[in-house]
Amino acid sequence: MSQPEVLQQSFELGFTYTRSVGPVVGRFLTELRNRNIVGIKASDGRVVVPPMEYDPDTAEELSEFVEVGQEGEIVSFAWVKEPREAHPMDRPFAWAMIRLDGADVPMIHCVAANAESDVATGARVKAVWADETIGFITDIRCFELA
Amino acid sequence: MSEEQDVITGIEAPVYLKYNFTAGAAAARFLHQIKKGVLTGQRCPSCQQVYIPPRGSCAACGCPTEEEVEVADKATIQSFTIVTIPIPNNPIQPPYIIANLVADGANISFLHLISECVNEDVHIGQRVQALWKPEEEWDYAMDNIRYFRPIDEPDVPVEMIGKLPVTGWEGSADD
Repeated sequence: MSQPEVLQQSFELGFTYTRSVGPVVGRFLTELRNRNIVGIKASDGRVVVPPMEYDPDTAEELSEFVEVGQEGEIVSFAWVKEPREAHPMDRPFAWAMIRLDGADVPMIHCVAANAESDVATGARVKAVWADETIGFITDIRCFELA
Repeated sequence: MSEEQDVITGIEAPVYLKYNFTAGAAAARFLHQIKKGVLTGQRCPSCQQVYIPPRGSCAACGCPTEEEVEVADKATIQSFTIVTIPIPNNPIQPPYIIANLVADGANISFLHLISECVNEDVHIGQRVQALWKPEEEWDYAMDNIRYFRPIDEPDVPVEMIGKLPVTGWEGSADD
């Protein structure tokens, strides 16, 4: 049996999901559209950003929203040398855990920087807003060094 | 929070998988044949079952399959479903029928469309035949066959579905 010519074809499989976000994440996203960042107060007083629906310790429903700062501190980070298509930036950047001022729990987002050596644990960063906000996490386009 | 604006209640969260599919040896042979308008399966050397599209091995025995076998473009409906819900990006308008068909000479079904029929009259065991696109449109693709349509032949009993020779149902009855 002879070997046939190799056949190849590119495919794209798309799952076009929409997701309902619920009242807590919905509030977070609505506030982002207004260029505010809110967290939620847990039973032990910690402020969690993005807000979660239920207390991490007691599982009770949470509802006390707290506005937090638009600046914060890098808790940890990973430098992305070669961004991929789905990444939020088309040049090297950092994924970072950022503890915003007034929050007790870090939030993941991207940090724009010219070089990996510019990014450090403990560095101060501030949110950069998208030109147009729509109520999505990308309303914060990125964080940059403050 | 502004009272004038609607509260966000949902987000779009699509997932796209982009990949390059390389047909293996068995699938590539099948596709080269269907470009010529011929349906070609492979026979298992152990259990003699004919698989189409061929995968290069027998799912039941695990043996490599090499012998190529041409099967007919007449088939029997093994099972079917009437699709009534539109699928995003699918150009076919519901309601339409998608069926597991076993071609004469094959022992395993493949999926294809049934058309030129009254949907409510379609049934298991019904005999159908391929309607091919014009030859100049043939490509390395199963949709060289537009769909299968009912033909005027007696139904195949359930226990015989998947066991017809390549000569077909009436040919089998003549044996």
